[in-house]
Amino acid sequence: MAVFVNGVIFEGVDTHAPDCWRIDAYMARGGYQALKKILEANMPQEDVIAEVKSSGLRGRGGAGFPTGLKWSFMPRSFPGDKYVVCNTDEGEPGTFKDRDILLYNPHALIEGMIIAGYAMGCKAGYNYIHGEIFEAYELFEEALDEARKAGFLGEKILGTDFSFDLFAHHGYGAYICGEETALLESLEGKKGQPRFKPPFPASFGLYGKPTTINNTESFASVPFIIRDGGQKFLEAGKPNNGGTKLFSISGHVNRPGNYEIPLGTPFATLLEMAGGMKDGKKLKAVIPGGSSAPVLPGDVMMGLTMDYDSISKAGSMLGSGAVIVMNEDVCMVKALERLAYFYHEESCGQCTPCREGTGWLYKVIHRIANGEGRPGDLELLDSVGNNMAGRTICALADAAVFPVRSFTKHFRNEFEYLIEHKKSLVDHKWC
Amino acid sequence: MLSAESLAKIDRELAKYPADQFRSAAMSALRIALTERRDTGATPAERCLNADVIEFVANYIGIPPVAAYEVATFYNMYDMKPVGKYKITVCTNLPCALQGGVNAAQYISGKLGIALGETSADGKYTLLEGECMGACGDAPVLLLNNHKMCSFMTPEAIDKKLAELE
Amino acid sequence: MLEIEIDGKKLTVNQGSTIIDAAHTAGTYIPHFCYHKKLSIAANCRMCLVEVEKAPKPLPACATPVTDGMKVHTASPLAKKAQQGVMEFLLINHPLDCPICDQGGECQLQDLAVGYGNSGSRYQEEKRVVVGKDMGPLVSAEEMSRCIHCTRCVRFTDEIGGFQEIGMANRSEFSEIMPYLGKTVNSEISGNVIDLCPVGALTSKPFRYSTRAWELSRRKSVSPHDGLGANLIVQVKQNEVMRVLPLENEAINECWLADRDRFSYEGLNSAERLHKPMIKFDGKWHETDWQTALEYVVKGLNGVSADHGKDAIGFLTSPHSTTEELYLAQKLARSFGVNNIDAALRRSDSRVAAAQQGALWLGASITELAAAKSLLVVGSSQRQEQPLLASRIRQSVKKGTQLNVIHVADDELFTTLHAKLIVSPAALVNALAQVLKAAVSIKGVESTLDLSAANVGEQAQAIAASLCATDNAAVILGNVAQHHPAFSELLALAQELSRVTGARFGITAEAANSVGADVAGANPARGPLGASVTAGLSAAAMLAEPRKAYFLLNTEVEADTYNGQQAVAAMKQAATVIALTAYKGAGLLDYADVLLPVAPFSETAGSFVNMEGKLQSFNGVVRPQGEARPAWKVLRVLGNMLSLDGFEQNSAEDVRAELLAKGDIAAKLNNALATTAANVAAPAAAGLVRVGEVPLYHADPICRRAPSLQQTEAAATPVVRVSPADAARLGLNDGDTVVVEQGSASVSLQVRADKALAEGVVRVAAAHPATQALAGMFEPIQIKRG
Repeated sequence: MAVFVNGVIFEGVDTHAPDCWRIDAYMARGGYQALKKILEANMPQEDVIAEVKSSGLRGRGGAGFPTGLKWSFMPRSFPGDKYVVCNTDEGEPGTFKDRDILLYNPHALIEGMIIAGYAMGCKAGYNYIHGEIFEAYELFEEALDEARKAGFLGEKILGTDFSFDLFAHHGYGAYICGEETALLESLEGKKGQPRFKPPFPASFGLYGKPTTINNTESFASVPFIIRDGGQKFLEAGKPNNGGTKLFSISGHVNRPGNYEIPLGTPFATLLEMAGGMKDGKKLKAVIPGGSSAPVLPGDVMMGLTMDYDSISKAGSMLGSGAVIVMNEDVCMVKALERLAYFYHEESCGQCTPCREGTGWLYKVIHRIANGEGRPGDLELLDSVGNNMAGRTICALADAAVFPVRSFTKHFRNEFEYLIEHKKSLVDHKWC
Repeated sequence: MLSAESLAKIDRELAKYPADQFRSAAMSALRIALTERRDTGATPAERCLNADVIEFVANYIGIPPVAAYEVATFYNMYDMKPVGKYKITVCTNLPCALQGGVNAAQYISGKLGIALGETSADGKYTLLEGECMGACGDAPVLLLNNHKMCSFMTPEAIDKKLAELE
Repeated sequence: MLEIEIDGKKLTVNQGSTIIDAAHTAGTYIPHFCYHKKLSIAANCRMCLVEVEKAPKPLPACATPVTDGMKVHTASPLAKKAQQGVMEFLLINHPLDCPICDQGGECQLQDLAVGYGNSGSRYQEEKRVVVGKDMGPLVSAEEMSRCIHCTRCVRFTDEIGGFQEIGMANRSEFSEIMPYLGKTVNSEISGNVIDLCPVGALTSKPFRYSTRAWELSRRKSVSPHDGLGANLIVQVKQNEVMRVLPLENEAINECWLADRDRFSYEGLNSAERLHKPMIKFDGKWHETDWQTALEYVVKGLNGVSADHGKDAIGFLTSPHSTTEELYLAQKLARSFGVNNIDAALRRSDSRVAAAQQGALWLGASITELAAAKSLLVVGSSQRQEQPLLASRIRQSVKKGTQLNVIHVADDELFTTLHAKLIVSPAALVNALAQVLKAAVSIKGVESTLDLSAANVGEQAQAIAASLCATDNAAVILGNVAQHHPAFSELLALAQELSRVTGARFGITAEAANSVGADVAGANPARGPLGASVTAGLSAAAMLAEPRKAYFLLNTEVEADTYNGQQAVAAMKQAATVIALTAYKGAGLLDYADVLLPVAPFSETAGSFVNMEGKLQSFNGVVRPQGEARPAWKVLRVLGNMLSLDGFEQNSAEDVRAELLAKGDIAAKLNNALATTAANVAAPAAAGLVRVGEVPLYHADPICRRAPSLQQTEAAATPVVRVSPADAARLGLNDGDTVVVEQGSASVSLQVRADKALAEGVVRVAAAHPATQALAGMFEPIQIKRG
């Protein structure tokens, strides 16, 4: 597992050392100092939130919402329980960064969540972990035990009046639980069906209580921000795009893996870090932010920097930082067919447009890919997509539509060719 | 229906949640039940969840059986159909496909003589296609019996892994 | 208040309203499927998408709260396009089987497809096929391909039924609505999912394929079963009742019906209906004409009267009869000189009638009861006695009502109890006395009752505290309390508890017209609207001290009385048993001498007074079957033939007017007893005592003959239940056959240990054919291995 270390989370982590995840190793790297700093100084909650705000940290799960601002939405004087929840339900094709945090530096997440609990007045937190990385779940449970034994979790942490406990909850195979309200439903032991918003989790979250949900990477960045200051984190990136960010590169590169680099790094540099194109093939297309982000042609990508604003300007999304690289051998119809199958499988089934539309999209694309396309199919895809996007409770329908729109826009000739000639323009090879 | 050991595990899960939120343990409880059946079942049919087990789990944690069934069928790692002693789930989603996921699935299929979605006649293997496991960088990846992730599954690595399962 | 605009119409709505609520008040229809005013908001069908100015995308009207100044367009191009898009999605996998679909003609999808759908489909892929499910004998789920996944049925069982029996399994387009594997849907109010289903996925199993919705005429009526008085739409074709649906009445049944209200109509068309008068002679039954039969009745009454005196005659009138029938029955009896008349057939405590000062009732309106902050329900198996009331109380608990229970079994009520006392029937009085004693202590007042034998326990204390903590509390006594031999003690204690705490108190009237019977004077000690009369014998007394002649109105004594064994023996020793009945049941054929065919509620005009004292009148929805006649007419003719005065009424309305001219019903409702002596001494540990209740679908002659209801789990042969401790002591295992014995009879049944029961209790239902031979419902009983 390649992890290129040049950022706030993996700084000093020797991923090859078998015990790098343990609390001793973490503390030797300066771990839990941020928590101690807060507790020893009896730091006001507002100051902790202000520090996170000053860092410019934006949610690393995909939406990029400012983390400090999110924390400030939690009602201060709420009389009952409040919760802090971590979203490690990482299942967006192309994304695999949070697994590495759990495997190599889980205490950074634990410390980040404890600090979040402190700042927002929560007594308990849950980390919802993707079911498929069950070993990471088990290891995280061990890390929690370590933290409990060391007195960082439980009643009266480090002898102060602050009490907080943290638990692990696993998913078991449902992409939709990465959506925060589906995750809450799942955490409550139900099907992961997203909730209609409003109300938002900050007022009606887990068990109906105020809840803040952040991505694993976001929480894991917090100890650095508190220990070294928000300003230092901000400076590591660029304005409005503070900090370093984990990018997961997959597909046709020589060294797929996670790269923690400053936001704003050129894509070309990132590609180079990942060893460049495999077998020296030509770059055809890149999905820059996980499977739901619109695909961009390779030449467009080569002119972009890896930050929220730059990718957004080009018509796609930085999303979770999952960069899927495709070479010239890929038939874009086949590639889209696979993604359409995924969204069809993973629709939770509650909203009509998504339940019916994802199936319809897949069936049409499947037909086209199998040489059974008909004239008008592309217009049909477009129209069906328009009836899905923005018409559902959550964004899965939109996520299913974005690839369809972008693939048929940027690579329309491949679709038209297949419909007309019943065979692909490309001599398709997955790898 | 379930061993004392499994029940103790479920109790530990129940303790994670507020006292009146026992339903939260449904996912773990079903996973624990499934794991026990997988580890002790002698036939494919005995290795998956069935109506009796789901109802038992539901009653144990105090939720309606149909609510537990909703959970068991919503999340696709719960085996609701007979399954081989070794369930192999290969990710074939786009990033994995680009790094050999589809080839790996085809290779295993050829080697075991079963198509995707099938269980071998001797009840030993089930081969399934999986969705994103959050480990694309390790592709080709497969899950063995839901919980063990095997990374970088080149044909050689697959040969080695299958040999271990003999 | 918020100012908003819907389609240019300005209106003012409450904070917290949704767009669909607001549109409703403005009279604007927004298409929808998943939304239902009584269910939680799912926002999943997306049919109600509307345009809201300044919102970037269309919003679901059902889930979007209005904000001040909001401008909503429900039919703008954007809204229309969204709605049409959703309709297309709903239809792509929906089968085109409307011509053979039971929902055809009353299908929301069909109706809305006309307005929002296209004439042709762009969907050319294969349609989804979903296999049918078995939900039991009442709800058909055969054609689940029609399902549009609105989840109304799921939410209904969970939220209104109290226990999720239906779920949506799987995900994505493979989502399927189903009951639990191998289980049926057993809720006592399950049929409402049929009304809720906007398509033909869930349909009425008894009604299926029988007719088309548009061939039916709709008539209003009132349910003749429990004391709630649910309002009905009875649907009729060619003089036959084909189906029963709820008539919405927010104050009574809301928009729901219990399955008993909905499916009992099958019993109206039973093969056991009596179509001609019948007389038994030489031990054989013979059909005859009305004149002969009526002359036979007159001769019988005159003969017994001459030989044994008027007191040798007893009138047992069913509280499921109409007010008009009960009024004329008591008038006939009393004019003829017979004082023995009663409609409280399952009441064992004869002291109550003597001490009554008015008609026993709920002591509140149904909505007032539901709004109580603290409730104490004494001696009620709520879900089977009053299914919709139980559901309504469940909703109240969700809104904060504290529900307390004193009962003989820890029944699953699918709600949260604040406190409970579960005791043997023998300890019921003492349990209520404990609560009173605790309340007396909390309030620091004196009680007129001697409560020294009551030792206040923790739960009793909690119940009393709950009642005392609000000025809006209520104490209600259910059927178990009303049938209990110490009903008068329970009522007296409730009355005292009411005095001490300020709580309302009353009874959940057992039958559709229990209150009406008291009002009409079918009571041994009180005449119409409380007129004073010469007291006669109660039903219990008439059976304990057998009469020479019985006059039965809609009564089958083996199932409708407290002690079926004793009642049947009383019938058999009588010189004559005259029955006005809709059915020629096996019991009546055995012990009666003349059967006069009378009309059930659906074939006569009449009225019922429900538990809250509300008189609801109705007309016949079909003509009487065969030669059956409305009972009020038969009674009137008998009055004439017996040469009695005052039997000149020409219609049921005449009869009702005659009764109501005597006073105001509301003024005659009164639960206070004239004497309140109550012995609250703790019971001596006597042997085993029976808890004998009436099963859901054995409560009255009509539902007992509804085949579909009889196929439900609730109608199955009763199981004997004992506490686990008793089971262990007696060496009984679940499923063992045991013999239970009462009086002269013993029956063999299966046994089950039940931790819901106190020690010393043997719970075995009454009124079921398998247990009718047994004796008193709350009397000593023996049990031994079979």
